[in-house]
Amino acid sequence: MPEYSPLTFRVPEPPVRPGGEPDFSKFDVPKAGTVRRPEVDSDPDDMKDLATSLIRVLNRNAEAVGPWAGDIDTDLLLHGLRSMMRTRSFDERMMTLQRQGKTSFYMKCTGEEAIAVGQQLALLPGDMNFPTYRQQGLLICQDYPIVDMICQILSNERDPLHGRQLPVLYSAREYGFFTISGNLGTQYIHAVGWAMASAIKGDTKIATGWIGDGSTAENDFHAALVNASVYQPPVVLNIVNNQWAISSYQGIAGGDLATFAERALGYGIPSLRVDGNDFIAVHQVSKWAIERARRNLGPTLIEWVTYRVAPHSTSDDPSKYRPREESAAWPLGDPILRLKNHLIQRGLWSEERHKQAEAEFDEEMRLTAKEAERYGVMGEGASDRDIFEDVYKDMPPHLSKQRQELGV
Amino acid sequence: MAQMSMIEAIRSAMDVMLGRDENVVVFGEDVGYFGGVFRCTAGLQEKYGPTRVFDSPINESGIVGAGIGMAAYGLRPCVEVQFADYIYPAYDQIVSEAARLRYRSAGQFTASMTIRSPCGGGIFGGQTHSQSPEALFTHVSGLKTIVPSTPYDAKGLLISAIEDDDPVVFLEPKRLYNGPFDGHPDRPAQSWAGHPQGDVPEDHYTVPIGKARLVRDGFDATIVTYGTMCFVAEAAVSETGIDAEIIDLRTLLPLDIDTIANSVRKTGRCMILHEATRTSGFGAELSAQIQEECFYNLEAPIVRVTGWDTPYPHAQEWQYFPGPERVGRELTNLMEAAS
Ligand SMILES: Cc1ncc(C[n+]2csc(CCOP(=O)(O)OP(=O)(O)O)c2C)c(N)n1
Ligand SMILES: [Mg+2]
Repeated sequence: MPEYSPLTFRVPEPPVRPGGEPDFSKFDVPKAGTVRRPEVDSDPDDMKDLATSLIRVLNRNAEAVGPWAGDIDTDLLLHGLRSMMRTRSFDERMMTLQRQGKTSFYMKCTGEEAIAVGQQLALLPGDMNFPTYRQQGLLICQDYPIVDMICQILSNERDPLHGRQLPVLYSAREYGFFTISGNLGTQYIHAVGWAMASAIKGDTKIATGWIGDGSTAENDFHAALVNASVYQPPVVLNIVNNQWAISSYQGIAGGDLATFAERALGYGIPSLRVDGNDFIAVHQVSKWAIERARRNLGPTLIEWVTYRVAPHSTSDDPSKYRPREESAAWPLGDPILRLKNHLIQRGLWSEERHKQAEAEFDEEMRLTAKEAERYGVMGEGASDRDIFEDVYKDMPPHLSKQRQELGV
Repeated sequence: MAQMSMIEAIRSAMDVMLGRDENVVVFGEDVGYFGGVFRCTAGLQEKYGPTRVFDSPINESGIVGAGIGMAAYGLRPCVEVQFADYIYPAYDQIVSEAARLRYRSAGQFTASMTIRSPCGGGIFGGQTHSQSPEALFTHVSGLKTIVPSTPYDAKGLLISAIEDDDPVVFLEPKRLYNGPFDGHPDRPAQSWAGHPQGDVPEDHYTVPIGKARLVRDGFDATIVTYGTMCFVAEAAVSETGIDAEIIDLRTLLPLDIDTIANSVRKTGRCMILHEATRTSGFGAELSAQIQEECFYNLEAPIVRVTGWDTPYPHAQEWQYFPGPERVGRELTNLMEAAS
């Protein structure tokens, strides 16, 4: 019998904790434009390298370079920039409302704006997103009424969800935005199921699933992948790897030994790892994956590499578990700044216009918040009758009785 | 004696057990370095190291499933599910595995583990941070279910749970973490400091599983309750002036039916009070057993005051939550009801 030394138990640790210097030395940032772009109908077997590389288009000089740069309509780029800026202004205003005690809770997507906006602008009406709480950009870039978003956050009289849902868990069917669940991961498989239905019915619509790095640990993530693999439905499966899941760094979800994108390879699903702070890369890779889905070539998984600049939510204090300076040291920069510089460099935008736009959006959000507050704050104006509606299509007798008991 | 909040008492229970028993391990989402989103495990990783106290991937099924595997090896895992609303992915592991390991292996394998999870509303958490799913566990043979309502009981019961050789679901009413709550959200928050049940010994002690606690002696009626509702019941009693006896179950299963029955035989009237939804809630089981034991002593039908049979709404939280006003009104009705 060979002699073995005692086993040891591995618990992954992030490179630094509060008090230490931010350290991204292990994070490899390849040059923009260096990753190849296969045809959408290439054999998935020949694309496996894309799950470990990092697709980037915008280089240090803010030029769009390489095979993924393509040609993007100028209006779309400007709309993308404005939508990201509006998303950021919106987040800031909502933080203010929360601090003023006008809502119970809020979650920002600061630093991740390019991902939702860049992908939504490649979708068509009728497609369905199955988002998490950090994809407000999907709605904002479609010009969904900001006042309705704020009324949801305030849980007031005009809240489209009748005060029932936690702030930011929107639902907007007409805008291809599935009702957000508070339970992580559950909706990833819904996206797959929705796409399966589209194929069963011979439709042309596609679905997109959204999940965070941490939530890829949930069983439902794997349920989604196996079903996507078996039935090859028209779905784009997004993983937003913002490095953190509340206080747990991505290694606790298994991200330090293999990329999240690589998980799809075992299922034979094409998978790409992309700079999520590069609006052009986001949009072009999204278009590529959406084209595959639309042409009945099956599912694609995309890992968007980004960084959660904001606290997890208004209930969180990240300085307890990561260095304060870490977000500033993040090597992929800021998505708004990068697209702004690109547009300036092409003569399509200027510092002046940027400043003006910032002021305009801050003012838009300030005024819209004021308007929304007229319908009530912090649950004011939500109807007590609405507690009992929509539990079922038709209210069963026991619920009518309970409603009477409450006297509403 | 030290003054402890319920959070500190729960932490102290794990601290004591990690120190006494090398087989105790503590893990869950954000539980390690950070110390849990409610801080219940703060400092424990630093003290006992990352092989005893650690973060888990966001996978509740995995948290419980891995815990069962460790228990089968001989450890005593005490795991945290971040919110009871997120325990459902682990339900299969709890119901089909943890609860039945002993039975199906004729005692060869057991799941001596504790599953801690914050439950209940009152923090504007909406439908995914407010639920009270205790009846889903009391319905399962092989599980024990505990809901403490004070720091003293929380620590003593958690130690009992960790030492227990069967799987225990330990639901912590999060609205009580920092202080008792009488159901009046407009009044200033109270703290455990100065509350007699906030006096908690620093070392090892146990509160027995399966024993109820008399919160208040009374003659007119019996209120059978647990968790946050213990304090709501006290408020309703003082606001109505009705001399009701209040029983805090502390352990739902195994149930201390003797304490309940003795009280109901004395008072002849009984209210069952819980925050969870009514239909097939734990109150239904209580009502059945009390009727079986005390039918001839009852002077009025048993009344249940509970959350409505709807998901927990966000904005309408205080219309959903069975507060002192609703409880007081039902208590008055109960006193007026004739047999
Ligand atoms: C099933 C379930 N378990 C736990 C939680 C609590 N929770 C909310 S967000 C979160 C972290 C999610 O991290 P990640 O998936 O990386 O998304 P991010 O917040 O970074 O966007 C946790 C643990 C939950 N909402 N649902
Ligand atoms: Mg994350």
